[in-house]
Amino acid sequence: MRKIKLNVNGEMHELEIKDSRTLLEVIREDLNLTGAKFGCGSGECGACTMLVDGKPILSCLTLALEADGKEVTTVEGMAKDGELHPIQQAYIDEFAVQCGYCTSGLIMITKALLEENPNPTEEEVKEFIKGNLCRCTGYVKIIKAVLKAAEVMRRRG
Amino acid sequence: MLAGGTDIFVVLRQGSISPNYLVSLEKIPELAYIDFEDKFLRIGPTTTLREIERNKEIQEEYKALFEAVRQVGSVQVRSMATLAGNICNASPAADTATPLLVFDAQVSVLGPNGERTILLSDFFKGPKKNELKSGEIVTEVQIPRADKNLKSAFIKISRVSQDLSKVNAAAALKLDSRKVCSEARLALGAVAPVPLRINKCEALVTGKSLSGGLIEEVIEALSGQISPITDLRSTSEYRNEISKVALKRVLSQIMEE
Repeated sequence: MRKIKLNVNGEMHELEIKDSRTLLEVIREDLNLTGAKFGCGSGECGACTMLVDGKPILSCLTLALEADGKEVTTVEGMAKDGELHPIQQAYIDEFAVQCGYCTSGLIMITKALLEENPNPTEEEVKEFIKGNLCRCTGYVKIIKAVLKAAEVMRRRG
Repeated sequence: MLAGGTDIFVVLRQGSISPNYLVSLEKIPELAYIDFEDKFLRIGPTTTLREIERNKEIQEEYKALFEAVRQVGSVQVRSMATLAGNICNASPAADTATPLLVFDAQVSVLGPNGERTILLSDFFKGPKKNELKSGEIVTEVQIPRADKNLKSAFIKISRVSQDLSKVNAAAALKLDSRKVCSEARLALGAVAPVPLRINKCEALVTGKSLSGGLIEEVIEALSGQISPITDLRSTSEYRNEISKVALKRVLSQIMEE
């Protein structure tokens, strides 16, 4: 067992955890933030994507210990003051969600994309989100949602 | 020794290894660096593929390496995975191995008996086997600085690019103003137990000017130099054929540049 500090969505948590637990396990089971999902466990599907110090990572292949002292952002940290983040709103408006299992990971990779490239082309969107598998939508509506979110966020500055 | 974790956690979860201890390098930020020096480009042991991909100087000077790195896995994988880790994992299909081989890269190694340097062409010993002895670790990847006449290219053949390679190829050629090749380095991945330089083909290109005819000669000389296996990603027959295509494409890219 070891003590770690995690800043999750702006809130500080002091936790005592077993060394071998993944960041995904600790966030889901100890902090009850169940937005991020366990999918493949091998880095293929992207369902567990979170941001650690702003970088998109796979939380099922990261030890919670390695995030000690860092800032973690999950889908639960996207809405502010009861208002959905423009990315979330765009996914709803464009009907980019079906079963929803991939959605939280996709929203996090969309955030990472738009932080470094506020005005991506459709090709750049496809390239960036290709590590997030969706077996329902066929991606067309997801790509539309990302482009729409980019537009809304640019307009708001 | 744990850097990015994208290989090790997969095999841990499968239960195929069960180490007593893992040592994480996460809290030593000094180990992540990209330094251009007079003789070498030095890349730290925890420098991620994403950091390499976004480095403008690497994009220009080491095009084949940039092209390979940006096609590894997804953005998430590249934000975690390290160049040193990709080499140490010693997969015959490692995308970064072939470009590093054609740039004559070497690794700096530290162990109980001190420090040594291993050429990458001596580093790979078989699938998932490398030259490191017990207690040794890779502390740096060193790539000789490439002069302006060195042109390079990389091609990956895979189902979708985030998959592992069925075959990958890299080329680096020193060309003079008349496009005569004074030095040729060619490498193929996923066609043998280790990523390898294909010396016979290199010899055919050296001292000649690149042409469509010469490229045909080179790819015909390929058989016998590679021994691809059949696995879930491809068959041996297909790999033998597609290796020629990959090699033809990297050479054509350089010729047309």
